Amino acid sequence: MLLLTQITVLITIFAGIIALLLQHWHRLAKFFSFALLGLSSCLTIFIGSKTLITQQNITWQIVTAFPGLNWQFTLDPLAAFFLAIVGLIVLAITFYGPAYLRGYEKKRSITNMLLCTALFVAAMYLVLLASNVFSFLFAWELMSLSSYFLVIYLHENSVNRKAAFVYLLMAHASGLFILASFGILAKFSTNLDFISIHLAHLPTLWAHCAFILALIGFGMKAGIIPLHVWLPRAHPVAPSHISALMSGVMLKIAIYGLLRFVFSLLGTLYWQWGVTILIIGTVSALLGVLYALMQHDLKKLLAYHSIENIGIIFIGIGLAIIFMSTNHPVLAALGLVAALYHCLNHALFKSLLFLGAGVIQHQIHEQDLEKMGGLIHKMPHTALFFLIGCISISALPPFNGFVSEWLTYQTTLQAPMLSSGILRTLLPISAALLALTSALAATCFVKAYGAIFLGRPKTRQVRHAKDPTFSMVAAMGFLSLMCLVFGIFPVFTINLINSIPQQLLGTGLITTKNWLWLMPLTGNTTTYAPLLLCFGVLTIGGVVFWLVSCRPSNYAKKIKDAGYIPWGCGFGKIGATTQYTASAFAMPIRRVFKGVWAVTETLTKDNGNFEYNLITEDWSWRYFYEKLEKYLTFIARKIAYIQGGNVRIYLAYMFFTLLLLLWLVI
Amino acid sequence: MLKTLTKIFKVGIVTEPLFSDKTSTEFEKTGSICKKLIATKFSGSFAIRQIDAGSCNGCELEIHALNNPFYSIERFGIHFVASPRHADLLLVTGPVSRHMQAALITAYEATPNPKLVIAVGDCGACGGEFGCSYASCGAVSNVIPVNGIISGCPPTPTELLRGIINILTKK
Amino acid sequence: MVGYMIWVFALLQTILFVAAAPLLSGLVKWLKCRLQNRRGSSILQPYRSLKKLFKKETIVANNASFIFHFTPYLIFTITILISATIPLIIANSPFTYIADIIVLIGLFALARFFLALSGLDIGTAFGGMGSSREMMLSSLAEPALLLAFFTLAMNAESTNLSTIIQHFITTKHLLFSPSLIFTALGFVIIAVAETGRIPIDNPDTHLELTMIHEAMILEYSGHHLALIEWASQIKFMIYCVLFVDLFFPFGLATSLTLNVIGISCLALLAKLFFLSFTLSIAEINLAKIRLFRAPYLLSFAFLLCLLGVLNHIILEVR
Repeated sequence: MLLLTQITVLITIFAGIIALLLQHWHRLAKFFSFALLGLSSCLTIFIGSKTLITQQNITWQIVTAFPGLNWQFTLDPLAAFFLAIVGLIVLAITFYGPAYLRGYEKKRSITNMLLCTALFVAAMYLVLLASNVFSFLFAWELMSLSSYFLVIYLHENSVNRKAAFVYLLMAHASGLFILASFGILAKFSTNLDFISIHLAHLPTLWAHCAFILALIGFGMKAGIIPLHVWLPRAHPVAPSHISALMSGVMLKIAIYGLLRFVFSLLGTLYWQWGVTILIIGTVSALLGVLYALMQHDLKKLLAYHSIENIGIIFIGIGLAIIFMSTNHPVLAALGLVAALYHCLNHALFKSLLFLGAGVIQHQIHEQDLEKMGGLIHKMPHTALFFLIGCISISALPPFNGFVSEWLTYQTTLQAPMLSSGILRTLLPISAALLALTSALAATCFVKAYGAIFLGRPKTRQVRHAKDPTFSMVAAMGFLSLMCLVFGIFPVFTINLINSIPQQLLGTGLITTKNWLWLMPLTGNTTTYAPLLLCFGVLTIGGVVFWLVSCRPSNYAKKIKDAGYIPWGCGFGKIGATTQYTASAFAMPIRRVFKGVWAVTETLTKDNGNFEYNLITEDWSWRYFYEKLEKYLTFIARKIAYIQGGNVRIYLAYMFFTLLLLLWLVI
Repeated sequence: MLKTLTKIFKVGIVTEPLFSDKTSTEFEKTGSICKKLIATKFSGSFAIRQIDAGSCNGCELEIHALNNPFYSIERFGIHFVASPRHADLLLVTGPVSRHMQAALITAYEATPNPKLVIAVGDCGACGGEFGCSYASCGAVSNVIPVNGIISGCPPTPTELLRGIINILTKK
Repeated sequence: MVGYMIWVFALLQTILFVAAAPLLSGLVKWLKCRLQNRRGSSILQPYRSLKKLFKKETIVANNASFIFHFTPYLIFTITILISATIPLIIANSPFTYIADIIVLIGLFALARFFLALSGLDIGTAFGGMGSSREMMLSSLAEPALLLAFFTLAMNAESTNLSTIIQHFITTKHLLFSPSLIFTALGFVIIAVAETGRIPIDNPDTHLELTMIHEAMILEYSGHHLALIEWASQIKFMIYCVLFVDLFFPFGLATSLTLNVIGISCLALLAKLFFLSFTLSIAEINLAKIRLFRAPYLLSFAFLLCLLGVLNHIILEVR
């Protein structure tokens, strides 16, 4: 197992190096690079699941010449679970990537892309395996840097450059916050590896400080509101399979970091932390989905939905911390399992949706929802898999999104077990807001799916769209199948995930050994059997179809669809302009939740033609970040007076600093 | 609310008036024949879509009167629907104005079989006082195939019902 | 032997549910007509409508996709599944172990998702309008519904519908607790919103701009329309039976003896008749409210359900 893990990481790094070596032969480079990535992803899935089943814990060290700067890696169930998630998504990307990059090959070199993709994946593996402050931070920075180069791949556009700059800035800011929190931990522990940090005892105030710094750091990378502004800028700009990797996997690495920090490194948990995370999660979920509803750029919409789902994961983590700190470890295990299951689910369906968005962009070179339409007739397979992604993300049974939401609801239902009245009130309210969020997410995806695939084509480019090559469709099909499988067999998955609460909280869920009925808490009659539900739907559906469609009658023999035009209340020619647009679909929500966005709505008339403009943006960019930027630029400009440009002034600075230091030392 | 409820219970069911009036019993008789025909031909439920193809709304008022508590056509199993896709009968009023010609043809093609078309009023039957001109197509049968006509300007609800019976018996 | 019998009973209960749903809609319509001082259609009229629709030709537009063809069967199937999990006559139905009340919300959401998609499928303006309005109102109703179910689930310490109902049958005094009264009031408003009755939506309207649910199905005809209409009638019956079962569970059969089941059937008939009567009186007295006033009504329902939950947590849990 140890050897296998080391080989996996090395293979991934080699996948990047081989891209460099075979620079001039694009096809070979692409083939070998992706083949090695695929091999490493299969190995990762194997290692991850095996470690979860056997619950083993392996550590190894690579000693370097620098004192205190050894590399230390540990493979334990928590890391293994996230490794398996990364592996699943990278496997799908392996099939999708080569055909997708074919569109870029002619105009630019793909060596950079292949190298950075491999480094990115390797860095993610290393972050998960790291068990030492140095290796963690090194891998974290490597991950940020390689993803920056991936985001800025299409660098000709100035919008892309600005978006990538914001991303780099926030990634590094998050790294600094994490460094600061590790600094606090390092002060109180003997050694810099995670085991000694876990054994160290922190006074309360320092523990709170460390927690807040870590929350800001990991939260900025995960994308909670209000630290989310890089997400909707960076995701639309990157190539689609990179967006899938970033959104599906990198955000989960941030969640992993937070989990490792809170449960593994900080010994004792405080309920205040749980409440903070719960509130942040609820607010992120609700605001994320509301911002997503107003977007008409497909990838920006998906990026805001990532914020929403990270909010849902944070709700699960918050619940786990609350229950753990009030001495209900089994309920905390339930909350943690819900959060981890949602990590898995989100990785699967978000990647599926981003891959679908990539296919659409590939075919019609458009990202705007208002310019698509009627694609279901041109690309039926993509439409089917995108539909499965939409159903999963809207948390509808029997797909996987519903199972994690169901588990989260079951956890919040245990609120009466808590003794504090405030906490008991907070949990059902956050559950209600979670229900609002998932209902709004369903609305948003009806809007998105309807605008893209249904109705009539709104522009000419749609005419030339067709289903992509088999490998891209296969990648999406694989992810859809995983969505269905993890939806119908939750007990199997929970038994796998159960080893993580065992490790972190000391107790796991006591599930029944029955593979059919999901019963999270014994002694409670709450059950859910998704396989039987699916079976019921298929059986009853089949019976109804047979009874209704196959009976003799004069007129209702077969559905005749020979050239019937739709009934549009008798208006003239029904074209693309008489259908509901995406913005029109979301208009009622915009009116109901008026204060959430900064809306600018203008109606101008110039010689008989009316022009209607609607701009919705989120408050944090305009009122927080731009002000922050202005303030910082102001301070920086004031400090810049030090830079005289004259060598004599710099020599004077050095002289006076030396004097000051001598005075301090002596 | 209490006022409404007391009024309801004081007025009682007006559909069958307590004094015997010639028109009311005739409506009852016509209605029960209609009900039997609908039971045999349309399984007891008959959906009408009313299309105003440029009428003066006089016929519409009479058709609307079919739904009031006095005539109450619903007890015979007939109801009005909102879309021609749900309809069995298209009740077309007015001389078909040129603007409504395409809409009428679309509505006719949108109705599933078995379907019937009745042209209501003198305007629908033969063009009425507008006739066939630059503004109107005249009779409804000039535009779509018609199964029957109900003349009158406007026809009373009883005549409307009798017209529907005639179509059903003919079919 | 008992195990075998209960599955048979549950199956018979489901078939009865599906078969009796048009009867309930017919009853409400008949009562409304009587209260409008006129003699309306008979109670069995919805059956005749469905029979006629099954015999009519089904027209599908030329740009319809597989979603349009698929949706009526899917909605009908999901509604039958939901009705299977509701205890109609026997309080302890084994089908409730497959899907609890949260899954019920999820299944309704799935049916609504596909109906909204089919409204957008053809690309006409009214379909889109209906889908947009329906999704907006149901998004606002869902948190209130979840909170209502939470109060009941926290009372009975389970989200299984059979367990909740049996808990309330055995501890009758709980039915008059303040949390349940608030929850019942909130549930009534939500049920009205979800089934599309006055004051949220007028089921008899012909004006497309006032339609919410009807606008999505303007394009359907023939047996598709029959399935969708039947599904909405079953949905109406589901909400009625849920209200009656959760807040007035007196008389539900807890064992499988013949006289207990007989009492249960009679009690159900009485309760449903009384509920239909109240609904009809409410419908003739109220008018449909403006679309953008409906969110205020649904927020009020949310507030009531929230008060119910808070009441339960703060006052009733030791």
